[in-house]
Amino acid sequence: MTLGLEHFLILSSVLFAIGLYGALSRRSAVVILMSIEVMLGAVSIAMVAFSRYVVPALLTGQVFTIFIIVVAAAEATVGLAIIIAIYRRRETIDVTKIDLMKW
Amino acid sequence: MEAIIPNSLVWMIFLLPLISFVLIALFIKPFLNNSPRISGYITISAVAGSLILSLWLLTSLLNTPSHELIIPDFNWLIIEGSINIHLGLTIDMLTVIMCIVVTTVSLMVQIYSQGYMHGDPGYHRYYVYMSLFTTAMLGLVMVDNLLLMYVFWELVGLCSYLLIGFWFHRPAAARAAKKAFIVTRLGDFGFLAAILVLFFSKGTLDVSQLHGYAVAGAIGSATLTWAAIGIFLGAAGKSAQFPLHVWLPDAMEGPTPVSALIHAATMVAAGVFLVARMFPLFEHSPEALSIVAYIGGFTAIFAATMGLVMNDIKRVLAYSTISQLGYMMLGLGVGGVAIGIFHLFNHAFFKALLFLGAGSVNHGTKTFDMRFMGGLRKVMPWTYATFLIASLSIAGIWPLAGFWSKDEILASALSENTLLFVLSMITVFMTAFYMFRVVFMTFGGEYRGSEKPHESPPVMVVPMVVLAVLAVVSGWFNATGGFSHLLGHGESHSFTEGFFGILSHPLPWISLAMAGSGILLAYAMYSAKWISPHRIAWFFRSLYVLFSKKYWMDELYEDAIGQRLLSDRLFAGMKLLDSKVIDGAVNGVADTVVDIGNSVRRAQSGQLQLYGLFIILGVLAIVISLLIWG
Repeated sequence: MTLGLEHFLILSSVLFAIGLYGALSRRSAVVILMSIEVMLGAVSIAMVAFSRYVVPALLTGQVFTIFIIVVAAAEATVGLAIIIAIYRRRETIDVTKIDLMKW
Repeated sequence: MEAIIPNSLVWMIFLLPLISFVLIALFIKPFLNNSPRISGYITISAVAGSLILSLWLLTSLLNTPSHELIIPDFNWLIIEGSINIHLGLTIDMLTVIMCIVVTTVSLMVQIYSQGYMHGDPGYHRYYVYMSLFTTAMLGLVMVDNLLLMYVFWELVGLCSYLLIGFWFHRPAAARAAKKAFIVTRLGDFGFLAAILVLFFSKGTLDVSQLHGYAVAGAIGSATLTWAAIGIFLGAAGKSAQFPLHVWLPDAMEGPTPVSALIHAATMVAAGVFLVARMFPLFEHSPEALSIVAYIGGFTAIFAATMGLVMNDIKRVLAYSTISQLGYMMLGLGVGGVAIGIFHLFNHAFFKALLFLGAGSVNHGTKTFDMRFMGGLRKVMPWTYATFLIASLSIAGIWPLAGFWSKDEILASALSENTLLFVLSMITVFMTAFYMFRVVFMTFGGEYRGSEKPHESPPVMVVPMVVLAVLAVVSGWFNATGGFSHLLGHGESHSFTEGFFGILSHPLPWISLAMAGSGILLAYAMYSAKWISPHRIAWFFRSLYVLFSKKYWMDELYEDAIGQRLLSDRLFAGMKLLDSKVIDGAVNGVADTVVDIGNSVRRAQSGQLQLYGLFIILGVLAIVISLLIWG
């Protein structure tokens, strides 16, 4: 069996679906953040795969992926900082309980 | 002074008091509050400067053949193609005469005030207002377009308000100030309407241009009549003509020098001046002119009847002022500018003097109620002498000032309208009676008060003496016909011919007889006590009550119109309309929106994850529908 583009895409879709499910269903802000990281990973795999199979001469997808990794790291940092700040004030990271702005 | 006055100095007539106003308000009062005299000196010197410049202006005008001076104006407000309002001065004889009247009386009153207001905590404030008033009054008589005139018109009204309410801690004063302001505003509304009518029909506010249009018949007769009536309404408010006269007697709550300057000599005469200034409009509208004459004639006798019974010396003078202003209006209505303004000119001096005399009496006795005066001729000889001269003058005794102008008014009334002549003849009798009632009650008999009276200081007496001289001689200016001639009327004759020749006509003898019998009756009732005033009052008790209740005009305005009609009906109805209909509509819209919002706000759970789920479901729905139908 040779690995084709579709295998990578299937892996990417499964990972994205897992991440999406996690992001939508979990209550813990940390787990939601982790799920988002999984979704970003899934997208990165799809990018690299497309780059390799569709336009092998160019490195667009790879470069894009590196950017995603950088941005994801930054996002995780900021996100975790916010979560810590919320926890200090409210002693919870349950997103359903963070409802001050709600009517 | 031979030279023609430079233009910049003409402007200074009006600017000097303004400078004094700014100087006192911004520098003297904040920084030199401990030396109150300074602000008085500044005001006095500014007004004296204006007076000297006015006199120079007069000689300049007399030396120019046209009796007019062209002052270059400058543009103030230009809206291309529609509005062009310029800032300029009208310098003709009317202006100069008014300037001289205003500055002379103002100067005398400012000097007098140094004594009268001595020790008052509001001394600076008093001179601030007085300076501003003098500025506004001079501006009013000098400017050449209706818009600026209206500005100054309101400014003198404001100063009047501030000065009536000068002792604002007294509720009566605060109330009187409000009343004066509101009642004159009613008249000003007519003036404003007239300005707008003239502006929209002719597109200009320039007085001389409007005169030209009126003379050329370029203004439609209906427009002209309505404009003239509007202007007269404004004039009636300021000059306290029936039915807007109610504010002036109450305005006596202000300091007495204020009454002398504003509510006797100048501001109340502004209405007369306005009619005179816009006289070509009235001249070409016979209806408006006869309204002026009838209102004037009626006011003259109407106010005089109330003056007969008042016990407050200032109130008698206030009603007398209203009555004399009615004479001026009558003079304008039947005779023209020269006659009305001539009476204004004379009246300014003797009425200011009467008020200053009343103030001097008050200074000595601490009361305005004549029932607590009497016998003051012995302790206050100067006040008595000057007051007597002014009383003779206002009563119209030859050869004092009041005689000359009153005689002219009576003569023109006789030739125009018999009814008005009879009314004004009766008023002559009443005027003499109430003035000498004041003289005998105040200065005659024995003292009935408790304070120890004393003569006023020289700073108060000297201005009164100056005004007394003027109250004697100011009428002589027209003995040669010169005064009327300058205002474009009348023929000239020699002084002696005019001075004594007038006595060869029967009319002056009739008016002298009327005045004489008025004085005699006052003497019989209040000095010789041949007739008891109480029995007369009892005999004419219905009239007495009517007069002393001021025809229930205050009650009519305040209770019937103000309270019942406006407050209880109209305003209450408006309040209902406001709270139910307008607020109802506004609140109804808001409530409806809130209701709709409440019903859909459940969708906004605030849960980002739920929103995400819906986004995914939406994306899925779009993708599936594209797969199926795409």
